[in-house]
Formats: sequence, C-alpha cells, structure tokens
Amino acid sequence: MSTDTDTDTAPVTRSPGSRSRWSRLLGRQPVGMAFAAPYVVFLAAVFAYPLVLAVWISFHDYFFAAPGAQVERPFVGFENYQAVLSDPAVRRSFLNVLEFLVINVPLTVVLSLVLANALNAAIRGRAFLRVSYYIPYVTASVALVAVWLFLFTQDGMVNQVLGPLAPNPSWLVNSALAMPVIALFVTWKQLGFFILLYLAALQNVPKELYEAASVDGAGRFRSFTNITVPGVRPATVLVVILATITGANLFTEPYLLTNGGGPDGASASPVLVMYQKGIEQGTPDTAAAIGVLLVIGVLLISLVNRRVLERD
Amino acid sequence: MARGLDKLDHPERRRRSRGRTWLRYVVLFAGALVFVFPFYYMIIGSLQKDPDTSVTGVLPSGDLTLDNYTQINERLNLVQSLANSGIFTGGVIAFTVVFGVLAGYALARLHFRGQGTLFAVMLLVQIVPFQLLIIPIYVLVVRTYGLADSYAGMILPFAINSTAVFIFRQFFLQLPEDLFAAARLDGAGEFRILWSVALPLVRPALVTAMLLTFIGPWNEFLWPFLVTKEADLQPLAVSLANYISNIAGRASNPYGAILAGAVVLSIPAVALFTAFQRHFTTSDLGSGVKG
Repeated sequence: MSTDTDTDTAPVTRSPGSRSRWSRLLGRQPVGMAFAAPYVVFLAAVFAYPLVLAVWISFHDYFFAAPGAQVERPFVGFENYQAVLSDPAVRRSFLNVLEFLVINVPLTVVLSLVLANALNAAIRGRAFLRVSYYIPYVTASVALVAVWLFLFTQDGMVNQVLGPLAPNPSWLVNSALAMPVIALFVTWKQLGFFILLYLAALQNVPKELYEAASVDGAGRFRSFTNITVPGVRPATVLVVILATITGANLFTEPYLLTNGGGPDGASASPVLVMYQKGIEQGTPDTAAAIGVLLVIGVLLISLVNRRVLERD
Repeated sequence: MARGLDKLDHPERRRRSRGRTWLRYVVLFAGALVFVFPFYYMIIGSLQKDPDTSVTGVLPSGDLTLDNYTQINERLNLVQSLANSGIFTGGVIAFTVVFGVLAGYALARLHFRGQGTLFAVMLLVQIVPFQLLIIPIYVLVVRTYGLADSYAGMILPFAINSTAVFIFRQFFLQLPEDLFAAARLDGAGEFRILWSVALPLVRPALVTAMLLTFIGPWNEFLWPFLVTKEADLQPLAVSLANYISNIAGRASNPYGAILAGAVVLSIPAVALFTAFQRHFTTSDLGSGVKG
C-alpha cells in the first residue's frame, strides 16, 4: 500500500501561516473531501449503518411490523445468539460451509496456480485459453446452474456416462454428494479469476531466479516448488481470502442447484438459512445474529490467513 | 549436486523440453475443454426438441429447433427481463464511473483529512460481502426507505463498486507526480486536472473497471430477488431462477426452456468479455493486485 511521495504542491498565492493551519486541520487538498463525499455517503448508507443495524437487531426482539406502526422491540441480550447456536439447522449450515471450504480452497489454489504457470509461457492460443478460462467467472450463476442441473440430474449425461457407477441416490439429492458438487461448481466457476490473479503475480517473480536455478541443474518441478510457489505467496494469501469469502457468501447454488439446500439441509449454506429465517419465516433478529457471526468469522479467517501465509 | 543435467547431450535435452511443451498443451487445452464444454452443452440443450442426455446427444443431431426460446419467452417476457437487467446494470455502472473516479482520484492524488480511514474502509468493504448484511439492508431499503419493487432499490446497495474505486486509485497512483505539480502550478483546479489531465491517461482503466462492475449486477440473484416481487421489474437472472424453481415442472421440455433462458442470460456477458478481452488481462488486474 504505497501513497505517493510528499511533494509540496501548495498554491503559491496563499500566505504560509493560514495555509499550514488549514492544512493541518483538513489536509493539503481539502477539496478531496468533496470528491470522496458521495462514496463516503454510499459506504455509510450501505455498509457502516447496516453493520451497526445488524448488531442492534441481533440484540433485540426484532420483527417486521406494518409500515409506520409503533412497536416495542425489547433488548434481549444474547438470546438470539443462543437460539442460533443451539439451532441444528444453523449448526449444520456452518459445518456445510466448512466442508465446502475444505474442498474448494485447496482445489482452487492448486489448479489455478498450475494452470496459470502453464499459461505463463509464450505459447500459441494464449488469448483463446485465457478467455475460455474466465468465461464461467463472468457468467451468471443462475445460467450455469441450469447446465449443471441438466448434467447432474438423475438421468443426466454424467450418470449416463458413469452407467452402473452412477451414485444412488443421484448427485444433487444425495446428502453425501450435494455439498461436494456445489464446491466443485464454485471452484469451476471462479477458477478463471484466480488464474488471472496468479498470472499477474507470476510477472513479479524475477526471471533471474529461474535462470540461476536452471544453471544449478534444478528441474522444472524443483524450480516450481522452490521459486514459483514462494514467489507468488502474496497472491496465495489473496486467493485463499477471496475463496473463503465466496464460501461465506454461498446462496444461489444451494438455493437452485440443490433445491433449497437439500437434501434435508445437507447443502444449506449460512446465507441460505439466513434468508429462510429472516425473510421466509419472519425472524430477522436471529437471521441478523447469523450475519454478525459470519462477519466476525470472515474477518478472523482473513486475519489468520494473513498471519500464517505471510510469515516468512 | 544436480549439475549432471548440464552435461546432457543437446538432442536429449531438446527431446525432453519438447515433451514438456506437449504436456503443457495437453494440460491447457484439457482445462479449456472443461471450462467451455458446459457452454456448448447449454446451447445444444437449448436447441433440442426433446432432451437427449445420452453421450451421442452432445453432437448436434437432426431435429434442432428454436421452440424452447419461444416457450421461455412466453413465460418470462425475455425482452422486459433483459431491459430490467440492463437498467439495473447500467445504473450501477454509471454511478460507479462518476463517483468512483472522483473517489479514486481523491484517494490517489489528494491529501485530506480522513483519507487513510477511507482507504481502510474501502478495503474492509471488499472483505465483508454484502450478502452477510442482507437482513439490515433489506430492512433499510424495503421497510425504511420504501424502495421495494423499484429500480432505485435494486441499484442502491451496488451503486458504487469498491473494487472499481480501488482500480481507479491504482491507475491514478501510477501517473507521474510532476504532471500534477505542473498543472497545479499553472493554477488549474483539481476538477480541471482530473478531467483534462488525469482521466484521458487512464482511459483503459475505465473500460476494465466497467467490465468488472458489469459482472456484479448483471449476474446478481439474491438482492434483486429479495427486492422485486413484481415480475415486470425482475432482471433476467431472477425471473429465470423463479422459472427454474417454480414453473419448470409444468413445461413439456423443462430443460430445453431453462437452457434457452440460460443462453440468453449468458450471451451479453460472454460477448462483452470476448470483445474486450484485451482490457481484462493480467496487467490491468496486476496493478490492482500489487496494492
């Protein structure tokens, strides 16, 4: 994170005394506040205030009332959190997302690094390959889920190819396989973006290191593990954090691909449970508590990742 | 220790390296096939009169038809849904470009009180996804502001894409400071400098940021799904999802119709990113990653 060097760009006309007093208070170019103001207002309205409101709702007995109606919403302490944490559906959804991450994150890191590394060489058809890798990333989940439904349904092509090896019950209605299929879907969909991130990171690994290694007789694999992998470590931190966030976000896939987190909640994600509790069943207070727990979880995981992966 | 490799004969080394090149191509094109095949299958499935899920069904057979497209159009009103997606996405892109450029310029090139805090919050927003705040945002937008079933309500939570602000900042940071110092010495105001000096130099960043911003609202499902109950206002992603989860069972060839809708939803994104692929490359994103 670099800010530019402190070159003095003061307008020459103002007297030094008044300038320094103002600049101490507002900065050297206070007009920056005006430039940033719309964005600040936006962040306050759709990020800061909702965050505070989420915490407030989660500590009160909150329910939807008719517009304009004056209702009492008493403070209930940690009651909503207790309700959430003792709810088997919620616990299940947190375990599901853990299962999702265990499959999705390592697969994403390994596959995107390997493909980015292979793509990094000057080869024919590079542009075509790059585009084909990222088109799932730029396409709507809803559209891609449609194809996966078609592929993984009971008599879909995947089962036709597998023949007698096809799982029973089929993929999307099998409680052991529903979550792994979702994890695979998301890995496939997001991989192109992570390949681009790794490609960018690979440009920063000094070429001389590879030359030196090859003079020392290290093979391709050795230089991959000893130079490439440590060289792209900052990107790996970013990939792991972003993949984790995607996991915490999961909604469309369990909602559509496994028909509302089925079978029997085996693929329900926390955001899906939040939607079901908050909007469908009308208990926004417990739903807000799930949201607050997720925010804390995401922040903790990002912090831990940074610490662990950036340690040298 | 492994110096022995150096002493290998040249033909031997060349053969090995040619083998590796082949392996590289096999890996890369097998990968590409995995990524592209579902799109191909989406198109084939959308053209089949009856769903053919056998392996030979992958090849285009004789009786291809556009019936599925007519059928989904009768159910969803594709034109209206596409227009809704367009208004939603266009609104977000417009707000992001106008206010995001201003904020990005201020963060990169101006010194003012609260700048560091704003930068930190911008990064934080990218870590905490808005889905987690969906309940309070729903309460605010739908209950407090009364923006249910309106384009404004749809656009509001997405209005300024923080990743785009970050990209703008990175691009403005890369410009030489002398340029700004000179313009300021000439007495140009900051807005003038932004408009006629800085902005023309970061034009590629504008395209990249607009492309990245496009992905969000065009593909978003959860938020417009919550905020729109009227079918006339729903973006295509929402109306198609509702079709998948509610109505499809009653159609004669449900998968055909679903896949036809999926093709229509995919085409704008795929076309844009193929046409502008030069603007969505490693170097564009790299400047964002290096932070």
